[in-house]
Amino acid sequence: MERIPILRMGKFLLVTIQIDLYDRLATNLEADLVQMVNKTGARGVLIDISALSIVDSFMGRILGNIGSMSKIMDAETVVVGMQPAVAITLIELGLELKGVHTALNVEKGMELLKTRIDAEDEEIIEEEDEAGTE
Amino acid sequence: MKLVLNKDVMSIEKEQDVVPFRNRVKEYAVKIGMSLVNQTKLITAASELVRNMLKYGGGGVTIIEVISQGRDNGIRLVFQDKGPGIKDISLAMKDGYSSGKSLGIGLPGAKRLVNEFDIKSTLGEGTTVSIIKWKNG
Repeated sequence: MERIPILRMGKFLLVTIQIDLYDRLATNLEADLVQMVNKTGARGVLIDISALSIVDSFMGRILGNIGSMSKIMDAETVVVGMQPAVAITLIELGLELKGVHTALNVEKGMELLKTRIDAEDEEIIEEEDEAGTE
Repeated sequence: MKLVLNKDVMSIEKEQDVVPFRNRVKEYAVKIGMSLVNQTKLITAASELVRNMLKYGGGGVTIIEVISQGRDNGIRLVFQDKGPGIKDISLAMKDGYSSGKSLGIGLPGAKRLVNEFDIKSTLGEGTTVSIIKWKNG
């Protein structure tokens, strides 16, 4: 069966969607990604949708699901490379893509993931320090 | 008066038929010189409606037409299924309502993306949705 490949790069998982997805492929990707986050302990998921010519309500829901599920498993999700026409259409359709971060391109997306994860780690260290001095 | 210049019929029976259908719609939209934003809106609306047809109507037939009215050209898409029909169309057209597990923005969202939207449904006989996106609409 066809599958969208998921690449692992350090603490991150990278997905580049190169073809227009039919629904089953999208739901498989959702399941595979959550499995991978669990298996690898990834802290960030980056999804490149620059090759997608449309994002409809179903695909939007899948992206949102991936974001929420990853969040529960302590990973941040960023969607990058959305085409302007797709963004215009999404808003008119009534989708807001809640639960996922977005960035203009892969580079900015990686930066965003790194800063968010560093910020979280610092908070944890601070909390531990406070707990230690009490 | 709307004139039909070109017509294509595709039957949709399974999920895998959706992507080729979207591509065909795109071909037609490109052929009449529709802008990228309008193309994207049309294809997204088509995607929502064809999914509904598969999910609730068990598949059906789609018609893709190039039409002209005065100086304007456009694409008309018709989605016909022989499913159970929609009990309450005004409810189905409401944002956030879904009889399934989806977000409930498919029908009202599709309507917002096109210039003309028409839906007819008879219980026990099926549903027909027809949309038009004008080239410069």
